Amino acid sequence: MELLGHILILIGSIFSLLGAFGILRMPDIYNRLQAGTKATTLGALSLILGVGLANPAFLGKSILLILFIVLTNPISSSTIARSGRRADIPMLKNAVVDAYAEKVGKTQAAADKKRSNRADADDPQTAVKEANV
Amino acid sequence: MRQIKGIILLTIVLTAVWLLLTGSFAAEELIVGGFVLALSLILFRRYYELFGGLRFSLKALALLPAYLILFVWELIKSNIDVASRVLRPSLPINPGIVKVKTDLKSDVGKLVLANSITLTPGTLTIDVDDDFLYIHWIDVKDSSPEAAQTRISRRFEGLLKEIVE
Repeated sequence: MELLGHILILIGSIFSLLGAFGILRMPDIYNRLQAGTKATTLGALSLILGVGLANPAFLGKSILLILFIVLTNPISSSTIARSGRRADIPMLKNAVVDAYAEKVGKTQAAADKKRSNRADADDPQTAVKEANV
Repeated sequence: MRQIKGIILLTIVLTAVWLLLTGSFAAEELIVGGFVLALSLILFRRYYELFGGLRFSLKALALLPAYLILFVWELIKSNIDVASRVLRPSLPINPGIVKVKTDLKSDVGKLVLANSITLTPGTLTIDVDDDFLYIHWIDVKDSSPEAAQTRISRRFEGLLKEIVE
């Protein structure tokens, strides 16, 4: 059991190292996130499970940690990618398609419309103020 | 009704988490745990409905291990896939963002699907919008929503539908 734990720790470290290579080699933020998320998730899972097996006193806690990591890791990278896309961080030049552009475009148009509506609503007030003056 | 179910569910889950974390049944630990539980229940009132919407049939419980095994298998495959791309000197990538249709209706179902997609080979969920997921795909093979659904999310949807919907 202890040997299995040590092997898992080794595998986890290797995957974390590969993830680090991925972050260095990938050309843009989205591809880097891809390499980073997957490698760190499996790397951390394997490491933590390995610690749990090598020292059974930690097994319950390590399973709990694994659950937290599986639930939160993908959400955080989704959120980073989403914010990156919304902040117009460019994709690789030879990217094949970008279906998200139309959606962000729509949101942008909606935001503009909202703003102009508010401006319209403001107008009468200004008019009243001006009349009072 | 859904609210009450949510409270009961949260209480059970949080108690289990606390017991796993402290690993003891000493009176002091249990009293502190009770306070933490009460505080968490008050802070997360907004989400009672969401948790109450989960369904717990025997079938769902039986299928959960199958989903976990599928998930771990896909996670391992995805790591080998990324590792092989990273280690090859030519760095073979062909990235793009595609729109993928999903048949899942519940919020929890979409959340689990989006997370699963992020952790599977070459795909990263960017946003969820009603029935569509926007996915960054490291090696785009087909950009129409239906074809992408077959390639990316079909393998999870069948099981997820049984479990959460």
